[in-house]
Amino acid sequence: MYKYDEYDQQMVDARVAEFADQVKRRLAGEITEDQFKPLRLMNGLYLQLHAYMLRVAVPYGTLESRQMRMLAHIARKYDRDYGHFTTRQNIQYNWIKLEDAPAILADLASVEMHAIQTSGNCIRNISSDQWAGAAADELTDPRPWAELLRQWSSFHPEFSYLPRKFKIAVIAAEEDRAAMRLHDIGIQIVEKDGVHGAAFYVGGGMGRTPMIAPLIKDFVPLDDLLSYTEACLRVYNRYGRRDNIYKARIKILIHELGADEYRRQVEEEFAHVKSLGIDPPKAEFDRIAAQFAMPPLDASAPDAIDRGDPDFAVWVDQNVAAHKVAGHAIVNISLKPLGGIPGDASSAQIDLMADLAERYSHDELRVTHAQNIVLPHVRKADLFAIWQALDAAGLATPNLDLISDIIACPGLDYCSLANARSIPVAQKIAQRFADPARQRDLGELKLKISGCINACGHHHAGHIGILGVDRKGTENYQLLLGGSGAEDVSLGTITGPGFDEDGIVDAIERVTDKYLAERADGERFVDTYRRVGMAPFKEAIYG
Amino acid sequence: MKLLTGNDLKTGFVTWWTGADWSLHIEDAADVGEAGEAILAVEEAARRVNAPYIIAGEQTPDGPRPAHIKDRIRALGPTVRPDLTLKPADPAAGDWVI
Repeated sequence: MYKYDEYDQQMVDARVAEFADQVKRRLAGEITEDQFKPLRLMNGLYLQLHAYMLRVAVPYGTLESRQMRMLAHIARKYDRDYGHFTTRQNIQYNWIKLEDAPAILADLASVEMHAIQTSGNCIRNISSDQWAGAAADELTDPRPWAELLRQWSSFHPEFSYLPRKFKIAVIAAEEDRAAMRLHDIGIQIVEKDGVHGAAFYVGGGMGRTPMIAPLIKDFVPLDDLLSYTEACLRVYNRYGRRDNIYKARIKILIHELGADEYRRQVEEEFAHVKSLGIDPPKAEFDRIAAQFAMPPLDASAPDAIDRGDPDFAVWVDQNVAAHKVAGHAIVNISLKPLGGIPGDASSAQIDLMADLAERYSHDELRVTHAQNIVLPHVRKADLFAIWQALDAAGLATPNLDLISDIIACPGLDYCSLANARSIPVAQKIAQRFADPARQRDLGELKLKISGCINACGHHHAGHIGILGVDRKGTENYQLLLGGSGAEDVSLGTITGPGFDEDGIVDAIERVTDKYLAERADGERFVDTYRRVGMAPFKEAIYG
Repeated sequence: MKLLTGNDLKTGFVTWWTGADWSLHIEDAADVGEAGEAILAVEEAARRVNAPYIIAGEQTPDGPRPAHIKDRIRALGPTVRPDLTLKPADPAAGDWVI
């Protein structure tokens, strides 16, 4: 885990003091809301439907137990005893009082956390693979590069007022668990002739104009990673549209320029940027990387798992993944209990997960973009004890990547931008497919729901996606099929006319029934969809 | 009818103009007619409300009801957490929203 140095801590402490003064002036009437709004947004403080909402950054989704406990403390002391983990690997609190915000930020700073750049037209939280450093299939741990980018992008003077917000993901495995190509910049650490480098995919994103990022450069030497990223941003900052918010993201610029012309301009800029010497000396990168060293895991630890308890065995099969060190495993904690709210966890549950991480996972947790939590370094011999503790706390739902492991944005229940509620739809779908055996029979099926076109619920990337819209003042839900945020990235296609809340649940059941009727051996839902196309599904849905 | 709503500056909680003051309860909301903009300007300047705006509503036997679902959710609370609404003891309170 990366530890703040004195500069990191000074920067965060100074920001806490600055924002405390800004809040004081706002409450005293010395500044107006128009003047204050951009200042609070720079500190992750939004005004949502019911109260202020604070979005706290979790860099590349990695947390220590003490940080996780602080998130529980904030939920308990300042909010309504729960937090909401987001698709950007962050956490949001929905009931924050403005007068408490400075104290909350001070509490966060005491554990090397903050809410800076979780809003605004700047570079947002760098996201990554939630299994980084543990995954059996990764080339290397991508987090040192994510941390380097975090430091480079924090308070970057040139990129604090971009045309629009900017999201970067870094991965280092062939399996894409971070929706890398649906980011403004997706970086994949790759190997060529025995040397590691970075493939740059630029210009992806969801929102109202979803696009898959094209490959801009297949191999950037890692020594040039910052310079190349800076060049990509500079071209965008110079030519990205500032006259139309709907055309301001980098994906629009690259779409209009064409990938080849954008690449040419980036290369030209890179030739200049490289001369500025912004890439860190090797010793500095090594200092960062050393802090992500694999914890001391005993590769001779027992590999066998006692599967005597059938419920435990199901959970192991569904929620436990292969670790790169023998005798160990990656535990995925589902925050999608039947009838629950996707991504929500109570302070007691957050504390419990922190305790389990401290005791069994070398003090580490991860937040996933699918709104779940990971214990990355667990001895297989400890899995049963962990499962028992999770089960007692309602955290052992064995549904990872199944139809009830739904990504859902807060929707109209909380969000001022939303047009329709997302959470009740997620709950009804989970109830309809409540039978665990039925879910497992359907297999991997990623269902994602957004309550508006901004696509925080990643509906474009769902094998089944749902988009809530406002149709003459009533909630209506469009259905999309065939999306994927993984290495087989694709964008979903709308099936046809939308449905009301109950109608969309019925439509999904008709889709899954059709899949079961059509699927060939070993095919996931999305495989069958790609083979047979939209027509049979459309026929099943609309008749 | 027209209703004036906003958020409390300190807490962020949803508030409704009663004709003389601000209330957390939609039942207390008054029809502001054509006076909404003028009230809004005075109250916002005095920091008694944050981000106020005028909405359409209708008078019902149970009191004022905003025309749009978004404002009905603001008035009650999240439909998925009845325990966090202004009427946690009323299991049917969510029906008013939908």
